[in-house]
Amino acid sequence: MSDSLLVMEKVTYIYVTKQQAITAIENISFSVQEGEFVSLVGPSGCGKTTVLSCLAGLLKPTAGRVLLDGQQVRGPTRRIGYMLQSDYLFSWKTILDNALIGLKVEGQVSKEAEEQATYLLNELGLGHYKHSFPSQLSGGMRQRAALVRTLMTNPDILLLDEPFSALDYQTRLKLEDLVSSILKKHKKTAVLVTHDIGEAIAMSDRVIVLGKNPGRIKKEVVVPDHIRQAVPFYAREEQGFYDLVRLIWKELEYDED
Amino acid sequence: MKIDPKLIHQTFLRNKRRERIKVTLVQIIILISFFIFWEVAAHNGWIDPLLFSQPSRIWALLVEKVMDGSLLPHIWITLLETVVGFLLGTLAGTVLASIIWWSPFLDKVLEPYLVVLNSMPKVALGPLFIVGFGPGFGSVMAMAVAITVIITTITIYTSFKEVDENYIKVIRSFGGKKGHVFQYVVFPASFPTIISTLKVNVGLAWVGVIVGEYLVAKEGLGYLIIYGFQVFNFTLVMLSLLIIACIAALMYQGVYYLERWLLNNK
Repeated sequence: MSDSLLVMEKVTYIYVTKQQAITAIENISFSVQEGEFVSLVGPSGCGKTTVLSCLAGLLKPTAGRVLLDGQQVRGPTRRIGYMLQSDYLFSWKTILDNALIGLKVEGQVSKEAEEQATYLLNELGLGHYKHSFPSQLSGGMRQRAALVRTLMTNPDILLLDEPFSALDYQTRLKLEDLVSSILKKHKKTAVLVTHDIGEAIAMSDRVIVLGKNPGRIKKEVVVPDHIRQAVPFYAREEQGFYDLVRLIWKELEYDED
Repeated sequence: MKIDPKLIHQTFLRNKRRERIKVTLVQIIILISFFIFWEVAAHNGWIDPLLFSQPSRIWALLVEKVMDGSLLPHIWITLLETVVGFLLGTLAGTVLASIIWWSPFLDKVLEPYLVVLNSMPKVALGPLFIVGFGPGFGSVMAMAVAITVIITTITIYTSFKEVDENYIKVIRSFGGKKGHVFQYVVFPASFPTIISTLKVNVGLAWVGVIVGEYLVAKEGLGYLIIYGFQVFNFTLVMLSLLIIACIAALMYQGVYYLERWLLNNK
């Protein structure tokens, strides 16, 4: 546990509104090793996004704590990048300016940063579009641009909040492969939230299954090596893949009653 | 027979053009007939020429007043008051909205006051302005600003609040503070709203300026109307009204082009 990069320790989060206080997640503990890809799956309303927001330092846990390299996370840090479900690119900025926004907030825009952004945009096949506006791009391209924006501040850990769920199936599969290879190449640690069991298994090293009311960990599934090593698209054809899907499916189904 | 998309497109364009020409033609005919009817009706005594004047007399007065140079200063002062009034009102409204956005506490505190100020007829403040700013330019400006500023504040603040939370989350996840959120998200996202309040404020500023001139001014188009009314010179009243209609329309059109230009160049 001591060498874990990111640790969530007995975290409980309670949303308070005028009408009531709702326990979104309760007593959640898990850790992520450096370079590991961990997925969180669960039914809607199980607090997946709350878990990510706590990890990102955007929400302060009601109880428990989040540790990054043994240090408690107290607010957003540049070591953790956050990618949202929809791309949320700023429509009034060009793709390049969108990619640079994180550095701009930190006041660190430079010629090198611009070159780095151009390099990453090229790498993700967006080189020709750096001066375009988001509205001129397709959904898949926009999500890739959002990935560049997240990578630009050079975070060690990427939190991915259902980044593929708004895309059509084909784009989604292609993007899974792309993201998976980019993260491996840049040696990033990642936590992915998804409701797609197949996607979770195909992309990650470990899958954490959450239950709801309140959100809690039900099961942790380690993905076997041979599935892990295949790129996501082919991982789905590996032996044992569908056994895992079935296993997690049952776990989730059980929660419905 | 083979269908040629090019031909279909050409036909489509030709029909569009024809329609546009027709619309413009009818618009011009309506305008001309309105003035002809007015002239004839006044000439034949169907309407009281003393009250409604008649186009030929208005035209003669216009030529006379342009020639002796007594009209332009009035137009100029009213134009200046209106432009400054609506720019100032929009600017002050934007600043006020930003301050309120900055402090949720202030928002809650100010809410009832804004509601009262918004529903109150600002024209009723006239006497206060006259005493406060003196009878003249100052009071007229104050009236124009008073009429525009509250509604601007409310409109822009509402648009500040309606910005998608997730955009704010993006900036916050990069460690952005409240100032960054305002600079990179809230303000640019609300920019179109701010621009569109300009358009509304042009109309409102005209109301403020003309009413202000009714009350106090010694010059301006509003003053000419009141003066014409007092000496029962309705030709002057009608002339001023027509000039106001023309300038207001031009200004509105100008702001419309400004809006298009700003929104395409941001």
